[in-house]
Amino acid sequence: MIDFRQELDFDAEGPILVMEDLCKSYQLGATELRVLREINLAIARGEYVAIMGPSGSGKSTLLNMIGCLDRPSSGDYRLGGQSVSALDDDDLSMIRGARIGFVFQSFNLIAQLNVVENIEIPMYYQGYSEHESAERACELATMVGLGDRLKHRPSELSGGQQQRVAIARALANDPLIILADEPTGNLDSSSGAEILTILDRLRDEGKTLIVVTHDEHIATRTERVIRLFDGRIDKEEFNTR
Amino acid sequence: MFFFRLKRTIKLGAKSLWMHRLRSTLTALGIIFGVSSVIAMLAIGEGASRDAQEKIAQLGSRNIIIRTIKPPEDQAAGGQQQTLMEYGLTYDDAERFQNGIPDVQVIVPNRRISQQALYRTRRVSLEVVGTVPWYPEISPTRVRFGRFLSTTDMHYKQGVCVLDERVVKELFAFDDPIGQDVKIGGDYYRVVGIATEQSKTPASTELETKDATGAKKAAGANVGAMYVPLTTVKERFGEMSLQVSSGGAGTMERVELQEIIVQVQDVDMVMGTRQSVQTLLSRFHKKNDYEIVVPLELMRQAKDFQRIFTIVLGSIAAISLLVGGIGIMNIMMATVSERTREIGIRRALGAKKRDIVIQFLSETLILTLSGGLLGMGLGALIPFFVTHFGQMRTVITGSSLILAFGISGAVGIAFGLYPAYRAANMDPIESLRHE
Ligand SMILES: Nc1ncnc2c1ncn2[C@@H]1O[C@H](COP(=O)(O)OP(=O)(O)OP(=O)(O)O)[C@@H](O)[C@H]1O
Ligand SMILES: [Mg+2]
Repeated sequence: MIDFRQELDFDAEGPILVMEDLCKSYQLGATELRVLREINLAIARGEYVAIMGPSGSGKSTLLNMIGCLDRPSSGDYRLGGQSVSALDDDDLSMIRGARIGFVFQSFNLIAQLNVVENIEIPMYYQGYSEHESAERACELATMVGLGDRLKHRPSELSGGQQQRVAIARALANDPLIILADEPTGNLDSSSGAEILTILDRLRDEGKTLIVVTHDEHIATRTERVIRLFDGRIDKEEFNTR
Repeated sequence: MFFFRLKRTIKLGAKSLWMHRLRSTLTALGIIFGVSSVIAMLAIGEGASRDAQEKIAQLGSRNIIIRTIKPPEDQAAGGQQQTLMEYGLTYDDAERFQNGIPDVQVIVPNRRISQQALYRTRRVSLEVVGTVPWYPEISPTRVRFGRFLSTTDMHYKQGVCVLDERVVKELFAFDDPIGQDVKIGGDYYRVVGIATEQSKTPASTELETKDATGAKKAAGANVGAMYVPLTTVKERFGEMSLQVSSGGAGTMERVELQEIIVQVQDVDMVMGTRQSVQTLLSRFHKKNDYEIVVPLELMRQAKDFQRIFTIVLGSIAAISLLVGGIGIMNIMMATVSERTREIGIRRALGAKKRDIVIQFLSETLILTLSGGLLGMGLGALIPFFVTHFGQMRTVITGSSLILAFGISGAVGIAFGLYPAYRAANMDPIESLRHE
């Protein structure tokens, strides 16, 4: 098995991820549904990128691809210099677990587990000791402002609090890339603002952040906006801050 | 490292089972009843078989017992007129065994007569066993107090007797029986010893005694044996007896010996000697007035029967465990589809397929193994009640416990593997999208 921590750190100078002519299509009966077409993309280490586009344009699909949840139908995707198409299922799990943090639109917390236990999930699969992971989970929960809600279940938290748990969980394995699919989509504006503040702080800490959003306000906080349309990269805008 | 991982996996599994307590309990019930029925059935089977084995073993595995039986043709003719019937084993037979069969080591000829014995005002039914001093060599009878019959008793046809413990209990309340005289008919017999039947397990004796006293109170059957020198019995009781049939007509019968017990040196010689005995007897007995009982043979038959019994019980138990297993599989399939989203989340956060398999398999195993443990407890209780209320002997063997527990583990793996495999092979993205 490949040690991805080393592999990914090795290519620290170049772009952290590169996509070349990447396509994704689904076979629906006789027709082929092309969801992503000839995506060419390079994202540097520490970049803060927004992916925008109308509904159904393939944003989530692209994000899943970046997060190694999905495989391209054709084309090449290299993460930290390692071609993902060549990897098997377990290796992909390994990459996700070691280097990627997911924040989902619908939080995706496990309802039966409390705040600390939810944050611990990625560490469990990374082989942290029980003590180590519990301690780190508490630290992270405190960091996102939930230090007094450690034993609460997701159902006992507000939407904004749930999303903060999800962010803490995404940070648990100390990932290189954080992927967020409409992290504020289900939140009111003030909770959304809290989430964005946390994301800004992560960018300042040097994390690579890729956020899918419909919100132009969020887009303006990022360094680059990738606009998708019908599965293609329609436009790329660079924000100067 | 592995150990800690295992501990946490078990914790995780136990936790999610605990969240669905009722469902988990109901699912485990199938295993609990399956396992407990396996253990209970095996215990009852084992108890019955040991009982049989011990009873047969008391007869002696190196013994061949030749018994007098009333020939069937005489039975039909009897009752018509008063006749003298002569049949059965004779002293000559005993002598022929002694001289004609080389492997024979000990020969014990016995007379057995049912009598009423009297001591002071107490009266009891017992079996007078006219026997020889070396009788204890071939039987489980052992002297507890005093002595057994001696060659001198034999030679001088002494009026002495050795009483079975059970007879002593009935006949002598507080008196020391040794040296007392017991009266049968017009004759007195001085008690010289008290004998007991040695048995391997105290439990079975206890049950047997219960049986014996119970039966006695019901039908007035013999309480036990009174051993008297064979020569004395021959002299005092003679060889004639009057048998009164139900029609009212009486038949005089003459029987020399009720049984001859032959013992060989080694178990291997039993079957050959049995053949020789058969040959000898058939030459001198025109009538079919004897039967040959070979405890060793009975023992083998009992073992064969036990094997079949075990197979039948085992199959029934296996089916019940199978049903339990299918129940578990059913529930686990439901659990997996219910927790599709959780599986998707875990996969997205770095769980390998193997991790998911382990998670669900361990849940199934916790369910079946704890069901197995509870089943073991229940399975141990059932035989206890059977013994207590059903007065049936039961034996729980360690191997039956291990077997039942092992099977419950195997059921867990066999029926947990497929749901776990299904869970692990779900597409992470689709699982995440699952509502
Ligand atoms: N498993 C699938 N099978 C077939 N088609 C799919 C599948 N997954 C996604 N699609 C299609 O791919 C297209 C892009 O979906 P995607 O979820 O990436 O859109 P999106 O840009 O994230 O939209 P939204 O903003 O509504 O979340 C959609 O038209 C969808 O129908
Ligand atoms: Mg989407």
